[in-house]
Amino acid sequence: MHARTLADVSPEPFPVRCHVVTGKGGTGKTTVAAALALALAAGGHRTLLVETEGRQGIAQLFDTPPLPYEERRVAVARGGGEVKALAIDLEEALLEYLELFYSMKRAGRALRKMGAVDFATTIAPGLRDVLLTGKVKEAVTRKVDGQRVYDAVVVDAPPTGRITRFLNVTDEVAGLARSGPIKTQSDGVMAVLRSPQTAVHLVTLLEDMPVQETADAIDELTATGLPVGSVLVNMATEPLLPPASLARAAEGAITAAELAPALAAGGLPADPAIAEGLVAEAVEHARRWQSQDALRSRVAELGRPTVELPMLIGPIDLGSLYELAGRLEAHLGLGAAA
Amino acid sequence: MSSPRTAPAMDLAAVVADRDTRIVVCCGAGGVGKTTTSAALALAAAEAGRRVVVLTIDPARRLAQSLGLEELDNEPRQVVVPELDGSNGGELHAMMLDMKRTFDDIVSAHSTPERAATIFENPFYQALSSSFAGTQEYMAMEKLGQLRASDAWDLIIVDTPPSRSALDFLDAPNRMSRFLDGTMIRLLTAPARAGGRAGLRIVGAGFSFFSRIISKILGGQLLNDISSFVSALDTMFGGFRERASATYELLRQPGTSFLVIAVPEPDALREASYFVDRLSTEGMPLAGLVLNRTHPPATTALSATRAEAAAEAVAEAGGEGAELAAGALRVHAERMALATREQRLADRFTSAHPEVAVRTVPAAAGDVHDLADLRVMAGELTAADDDTGTGTPRTRVLPVRR
Repeated sequence: MHARTLADVSPEPFPVRCHVVTGKGGTGKTTVAAALALALAAGGHRTLLVETEGRQGIAQLFDTPPLPYEERRVAVARGGGEVKALAIDLEEALLEYLELFYSMKRAGRALRKMGAVDFATTIAPGLRDVLLTGKVKEAVTRKVDGQRVYDAVVVDAPPTGRITRFLNVTDEVAGLARSGPIKTQSDGVMAVLRSPQTAVHLVTLLEDMPVQETADAIDELTATGLPVGSVLVNMATEPLLPPASLARAAEGAITAAELAPALAAGGLPADPAIAEGLVAEAVEHARRWQSQDALRSRVAELGRPTVELPMLIGPIDLGSLYELAGRLEAHLGLGAAA
Repeated sequence: MSSPRTAPAMDLAAVVADRDTRIVVCCGAGGVGKTTTSAALALAAAEAGRRVVVLTIDPARRLAQSLGLEELDNEPRQVVVPELDGSNGGELHAMMLDMKRTFDDIVSAHSTPERAATIFENPFYQALSSSFAGTQEYMAMEKLGQLRASDAWDLIIVDTPPSRSALDFLDAPNRMSRFLDGTMIRLLTAPARAGGRAGLRIVGAGFSFFSRIISKILGGQLLNDISSFVSALDTMFGGFRERASATYELLRQPGTSFLVIAVPEPDALREASYFVDRLSTEGMPLAGLVLNRTHPPATTALSATRAEAAAEAVAEAGGEGAELAAGALRVHAERMALATREQRLADRFTSAHPEVAVRTVPAAAGDVHDLADLRVMAGELTAADDDTGTGTPRTRVLPVRR
């Protein structure tokens, strides 16, 4: 069935159905992936959110018990849509694979007891990635009664530093398996990943290193022929100071004496510690905003569609996911389709 | 609300100045600032008169440049620090780990040139030395062992690889040497070796079945590669485990200190928690927790709620400077809310680990990428606990509420 993949690509309501989300550690890629899955489900669609790193980050986000290796509904979206989540268990995926291609599920269980599954994925790290991406490809192309099971699949993928190697499965197994079913399998996966129905989105912060890593990853992905999607700027802040005062504040040119009359007029006690503290914080705020804002032009130079997601204070809960999803819906132009 | 326990203060200035401290290992989840912390601490140690080398794993480009690390020769180089004129004996050296090169060096050191050449050409070795999960940790451990053995520095500060889990640094080397040394790999390649038959009898038919599947899935070529790799490497095998456990033992010696780094986020603190538990199980010495990138307010005399209300009142009253003052009050309200959340997370950590000393390091307004930035961070790491000028000790983000 894997050989027919490309023929399965028929006109779809949204051209991109496989959304791979990556980002440097600490940029919030799991959160963004979850919000994207919600956004794509809005308007009655079905999306699958896939976890590839086995750390149950999705379960924590949606506040559900750890996910087993099965597709579980974790959230509903506007208009009757739903998000299912899947945490891929590597051993289970290998057993499934053995059963599918060799009809040897029971033998597989025996192998697992021997620790052989762990061994096999250890000696061939590429095998791990083929199993993970193979599962993604299966979900993307799965049909029941001629109908797509999922309108979109969102992958919470490994970080930017590893993303190209993770997706470039053909090259990765080439050194290990030059022929055989694993090679055939990886070719099928690659066909889907390189097709226009896939987009690799990059999550970044307005900070030097994440932006640099995003630029590097875009170069690598492009060189490998993998389709790059949007740049998703996470935790963007808005300046709280009036625009006219920002530059002056960043220069450290505002003073406590300058604030004092307005603070007094607002009924605050004339406490110099408060006024000076406010000045210090305002200066830091302006400087931080300035250094973030300076990175916006570097993000623009990346030449990808870009959306900014706001910094949310407090723990990320379902409410904040819906808020971020709303922003992403607008970016993807999904609002009109819903 | 029960009053939170107060964490003990951490005196990192004393840790790095103490001549008996020979190794400081900086651990933590990915993206918490381990590399920057290691470099800043190394600078502080050098300025305190130590001859220090910092082993970094994957520094940001600009930080690497400012440390003079453009050259990837896998050996430490002295960093030119104008303030270090040699009068107090302090020197800063830095290096960036090249894991493939470190692995190649081990192979070269333990075999003949011909044998080494065969190993280098082996596709399995190439995969193993460049992309194997755990190679980076193993090689970091190996390099640490080498640096320590050379005795050319009186303090080594180690940054650890950017893995998801802080525990990987401790576990990966052992896992890898077990693997290289292991029965599985020997049995798998048994047909090529003497004594293979006896081994096969022990595990029975299950194993040959396994070997059949491996070759079915991965192709016979891989098995061939592994097999020739194993025979080429035969004489080194025992050495792998020995070296890994020797370095591991080094980490339990009294001259070693671990520093756990986290940011005030639930995931990072959870990792820190696991790591602290693990160190205590292993009997490894923990200096404390660095809570990096906190946002302590410049004043705590005004709560978030009051600042928010005042911002509205000020804006309503209008007049000159009202807009700016209202903005500054909103900045403060947001800052207080953020700091409150950070302190809550820190308190949670401390109630689980009341004995662990804590040092908070405020977030810098921009990226840390030159010596001046590192010196600022070094100050945040080593300054006295109570010299913040806001009345909040450096152990905390906000003062203890009465």
